[in-house]
Amino acid sequence: MNGSTAFVSFENVTKTFKAISGVDYEAVRDLSLDIGEHEFFCLLGPTGCGKTTVLNMLAGFEEPSVGTIKVAGARVKGTGPERAVVFQSHDSLYPWLTAIENVEFGLRMKGVPKAERRERAVRYLKLVGLGGQENKHPNELSGGMKQRIQIARVLANNPKMLLMDEPFAALDAQTRVLMQQELRRIWLREKLCVLFITHDIDEALTLATRIGVMRAGPASAVKGVIDVNLGEQRDRTQQDFVDHYRRVYEMIKEEVLRAHE
Amino acid sequence: MTRSFGSERLREYGTYALGFAGLFGVWHAMTVLFPSVLFPTPTAVVAKAVELARTGVLWENLGVSLGRIFAGFLVGVGIGVPVGLVMGNFRFMRRLLEPFTEFLRFIPSVAMITVAVIWFGIGESSKVFLIAYTTVFIVIIATAAGVMSIHVDKIRAARTLGASPAQLFLFVSLPAAMPGILTGLRVAMGNSFTTIVAAEMVAADSGLGTMLWHGRLFMLIDQIFVSLLVLGIVGFSADRLFRVAIRYFGGKYSAIA
Repeated sequence: MNGSTAFVSFENVTKTFKAISGVDYEAVRDLSLDIGEHEFFCLLGPTGCGKTTVLNMLAGFEEPSVGTIKVAGARVKGTGPERAVVFQSHDSLYPWLTAIENVEFGLRMKGVPKAERRERAVRYLKLVGLGGQENKHPNELSGGMKQRIQIARVLANNPKMLLMDEPFAALDAQTRVLMQQELRRIWLREKLCVLFITHDIDEALTLATRIGVMRAGPASAVKGVIDVNLGEQRDRTQQDFVDHYRRVYEMIKEEVLRAHE
Repeated sequence: MTRSFGSERLREYGTYALGFAGLFGVWHAMTVLFPSVLFPTPTAVVAKAVELARTGVLWENLGVSLGRIFAGFLVGVGIGVPVGLVMGNFRFMRRLLEPFTEFLRFIPSVAMITVAVIWFGIGESSKVFLIAYTTVFIVIIATAAGVMSIHVDKIRAARTLGASPAQLFLFVSLPAAMPGILTGLRVAMGNSFTTIVAAEMVAADSGLGTMLWHGRLFMLIDQIFVSLLVLGIVGFSADRLFRVAIRYFGGKYSAIA
């Protein structure tokens, strides 16, 4: 926890889904986890391990069956603008709005005057490298650009934390690396609390201050947490990066195998 | 992407013009191949149309039919869109109302002409009722389907961005369902033309259907074909308007436009 007090805390959280077939599915069992206020926390795990369930509960889309989730000491109940979500798919953008109108959406809902929200939206579009694309519709932009709109949209809304559910998973390898670097740059500037879901060790090591490795589902929980001591500028080819990679890999290896059994 | 927007438009309209010229060409060729007093040439029909337009008969009947379609369509959409939105959003309401929509939509509006005339007489209200009837179920089903096909992330994103339930409905559900709604409206408009002609042929003293029927009674072949031609042109124009609207609402790159 790097010494600071917990900003987000999962306390013995279990989530069971009721299935139509009558056989309930326990996605997460007795998960406890603390995340600091200025932490970039990566939740890493094989497919189907319940990573997204953890994020959905924190976002307020799902409720824990057992246990509590607290943010800044208050129990999470439903969604809230302080917990912004960046989705994996750009289906979350509004195709009938332009890039800037998408970014303004949250401010518009709050009733922020037009001039002010325009100004904020322009600023955040610039921050994510989309200056000059304000009046394009999402469908006119590439996959990477659409994810940039999503990031600008949540940042403009001034949240206390970002929840990111494999936001770069659908991008091509080159674009993904570029987006990781951009996100790293933005995070170093804003130092927001981030919960980032990924199955990519490389991505986790590029971005995170700590990495939580999840067990293979069902009834998953955090297997172990690894501190990432790699400094500000991270380079995949450096020895300490490779050493970290090995440690994470050792932890996740058997979970990946179990997930494919 | 090197081609400019303007020349793309020009190509689109040019191709349409070519298509229509072809249509009239085929028509003309058919009248040459099968000459008959019962099958007028395009030129004869256009001449008759000009004559009917000059005397005002064409405009009067066209105006009456369009007025009926417009009024009935407005009523149908006014009921259909809200009901569809409610059905799409709440499973309870969907189950409650589906017996009505699924039962009534299989009774063709043409079959309802008899009932409409008994209830509302042969005046305007029976025609408005029939158009509303033929519109409402298609619009309900298309609207509900449009709402149900909204990606869950669109709703979730709005909630995390601080939208209230009312804002969610107004700024996300409604515009997201718009392409579906407009597609329903487009299909309903086609049905409205079928219905109005049938209703006017059976029970009316003006309108394109009546013009058609009088053409049959008095063997005015040219007049029959003028009615058919006008129906085609007006229907095509109405459909274009819907396509433009569908494109505007995010359907720009989708298959439906």
